[in-house]
Amino acid sequence: MHVGFIFLAVIVGSILFHIFTPWYWTDIASNWGAMDDTITLTFWVGGGVFVAVCLFMVYCVFKFSYKEGRKAEYKPEDKRLEKILTWATTLGVAALLAPGLIVWNQYINVPKNALSIDVMAWQWGWQYRLPGEDGKLGSTKVENINDNNPFGIILEDTNGRDDVLIQSDVLHLKNNKPVKILLRSVDVLHNWYVPQFRAKMDAVPGTITYYWFEPNKVGEYEVLCAEYCGVGHYAMRGRVFVKNEEDYKNWIKEQETFSDLIARQKIIEFSETKLAKK
Amino acid sequence: MSEDINENKTIQAQSSETISGGETGVAPDIDYVRPAELADQDLYHGHTFITKWVFCQDAKVIGVQYFLLATFTGIIGLILSWLMRLQLGFPGAAGFMTAEHYYQFVTMHGMIMVVYFLTALFLGGFGNYLIPLMTGARDMVFPYVNMVSFWMFFVAVGVLLASFFVPGGPTGSGWTLYPPQAILEGTPGSGMGIILMCVSLILFVAGFTMGGLNYLITILQARTRGMTLMRMPLTVWGIFTATVLAMLAFPALLVSALMMTLDKVLATSFFMPTILKAGEVLEYGGGTPILFQHLFWFFGHPEVYIVALPAFGIVSDLISVHSRKNIFGYRMMVWAIVVIGALSFFVWAHHMYVSGMHPWFGFFFATTTLIIAVPTAMKVYNWILTLWRGNIRLNTVMLWCLGFIVTFVNGGITGIFLGNVTVDVPLSDTYFVVAHFHMVMGIAPLMVIMGAVYHWFPLVAGRMLSEKLGKWHFWITFLGAYSIYFPMHYLGFIGVPRRYFEMYDSPYITSAVGMNQFISTSAFIVGAAQFILIYNIVVSLKIGKPAGKNPWQANSLEWLTPTVPPEHGNWGDKLPVVYRWPYDFSVPGAKEDFIPQTTPPSEVVETEVEKT
Repeated sequence: MHVGFIFLAVIVGSILFHIFTPWYWTDIASNWGAMDDTITLTFWVGGGVFVAVCLFMVYCVFKFSYKEGRKAEYKPEDKRLEKILTWATTLGVAALLAPGLIVWNQYINVPKNALSIDVMAWQWGWQYRLPGEDGKLGSTKVENINDNNPFGIILEDTNGRDDVLIQSDVLHLKNNKPVKILLRSVDVLHNWYVPQFRAKMDAVPGTITYYWFEPNKVGEYEVLCAEYCGVGHYAMRGRVFVKNEEDYKNWIKEQETFSDLIARQKIIEFSETKLAKK
Repeated sequence: MSEDINENKTIQAQSSETISGGETGVAPDIDYVRPAELADQDLYHGHTFITKWVFCQDAKVIGVQYFLLATFTGIIGLILSWLMRLQLGFPGAAGFMTAEHYYQFVTMHGMIMVVYFLTALFLGGFGNYLIPLMTGARDMVFPYVNMVSFWMFFVAVGVLLASFFVPGGPTGSGWTLYPPQAILEGTPGSGMGIILMCVSLILFVAGFTMGGLNYLITILQARTRGMTLMRMPLTVWGIFTATVLAMLAFPALLVSALMMTLDKVLATSFFMPTILKAGEVLEYGGGTPILFQHLFWFFGHPEVYIVALPAFGIVSDLISVHSRKNIFGYRMMVWAIVVIGALSFFVWAHHMYVSGMHPWFGFFFATTTLIIAVPTAMKVYNWILTLWRGNIRLNTVMLWCLGFIVTFVNGGITGIFLGNVTVDVPLSDTYFVVAHFHMVMGIAPLMVIMGAVYHWFPLVAGRMLSEKLGKWHFWITFLGAYSIYFPMHYLGFIGVPRRYFEMYDSPYITSAVGMNQFISTSAFIVGAAQFILIYNIVVSLKIGKPAGKNPWQANSLEWLTPTVPPEHGNWGDKLPVVYRWPYDFSVPGAKEDFIPQTTPPSEVVETEVEKT
């Protein structure tokens, strides 16, 4: 008898834990409420199946425990029951899959007005680059990266001259403005992850990956690296400030552009068509 | 023996290919079984200690050898997990623990548990012991190759453990060994450590292939007369399908280990793009790290089922025997195993939704992944429907089975979270993933292994294990493991990333300190409880209750050998003949509640058997 009760306690305990847990979602601060909704949906359907299966099992334990002389039922198959269960399961699975795919479609299609941000990762740190007034980021090359050109911007690319360079792990974002995070890495895999924004994607050396989100709550957030990148992985943090329009404008005005950097360093200079090294 | 074969040939001459020879006018022989097509297998019988117990060709001894070595490796994995949990629950408590050590322990724990413990135990251990016995063969078809297989495994384990003692220590690149970090400075053990890991995996795959060919060919070619494919116990079906998967999946691991070794040693660039490190551009260029991930998970996902399918099969048999009821929907169960096995090759990139592969792949792999939930759910339904109206013995074996159902369903459901591409985005690389895969491919298969140990120990040793100790072992393990992994999912909801040596004081993470301490404490207790089993085994070997023949009143062939424990050659001088499936429990009209597979229809004419 006690076996059934203990298993029952495990099921009831799981449900109670879920209801009363102090550990749950960190409050969302982006547009991806739909992700939370798909999870909640999966929780109800999946949790329901879990509880139903386990309660059925507990019932069997109570009802059909061994009794000397009693004979079990002999029934190798029940085609009809198996068919019903197959279709019911298929329907349930489809009901979970469909919203998942719809939201994924939104996730991989970036809105046109999104601000592109170059997030550059290395062992172990982040830095950021925002497009200047032309709204375009200049192209980059790993081989070009050095003290004079910390982002490895291709010098011939005029799009890069007004790029805003942020050589710090602190990024500021404008509230309610979608951003397209363009991820690149100069060494190993990394992943720019802010739990409150829900979204994430690996930064892969040799290619540029992306995702997008729209921050919708002013505040300060911690950036975590979410893809193992060696011994400093756990310490690879950064910060994001989501600001209202005015504060954001004040901040971005103070930042240096690539042209500013060139002018300040006086090591390389722009010529009409390309940059020449002194 | 040869006379026996001739006799049967005469019968065949009189009858048609089908079961009865009715058309010739002779009364149909209801006990007819097709004659043997080959003469009996000649076996090499060892005489010295070395040939009997060390370089032994008896699959049963090889199975026990695999079992012991895998368990030994598993205990190392367990100790590593203790050290990790010590750091996570009580940071700084172990003074020597640096981030390097932590990542090395994480890596070795993962690789050991998945490959060197679970895979070796299920296929090498249970596969070797049970396949010949359950199919009515005298031994594996290539006993010598089988022996070499174990010793290759032995060397692989040796190389793996040797990496603890080389300069730089073992690799700390995570069990997935993702390049570029795995072979670059900045990851612990990126020198000799990673090379030895790759070499060990290559040896393991080579050794495993020798064993795997044996399992497949034995099952396909050496079954005894009457043992049709659809009369095989589900244990054999599970191991068979898992071995097919292994044969197809391990080559991907082999080549990725080989290519990475070349990237490391010869500076090829299979997985290495242009890389800037400490201000210097390295000599690599043109490769892609994502290729490694595709190769790794093309192995890695089927690997999940290489562990799960034997567990599915074994638990089906255990539930059936101890519920005194046939497994519900046998044919569905067989097809589910085969379909899951086939589908498992089309879902690998669900481990890579946020890897930076082309985002359109997400649609395809989410769909295939969720399709696989359907046959898996069917198996769960059939297990609980087998309990329904059974006559359930609540012994230790059944407890482990019930524990398996709870943990497997729990882990399976969270798999639907992670398989559904959108839901995966916030949860991937968090503790939700850690909780999910430990529940579904750590704890659930472990429950089956434990059930199987309590079930088959009497066969291997001739003595019963202590039920009392067994129940303590079960309850501590089950309740403890559940309280480790169930709350851990919620760490993932908070957003706590995995593979973090230290959490620092991130505002939303500090609330989880108490939970981490609780989880760690449970982990220490559960780990320690496993020594109850070791004690139980050691003591029961000496003073356990003698098991006698067929102590569980089971039907399958392994319990029907002339001697218990079975001797080399298994069957004395005459191979068994099979007349029915192994699930004829509680058949209406039968005197007992079980009819062994070797009982001919003529002995139980009064029964109403539906499926044979």
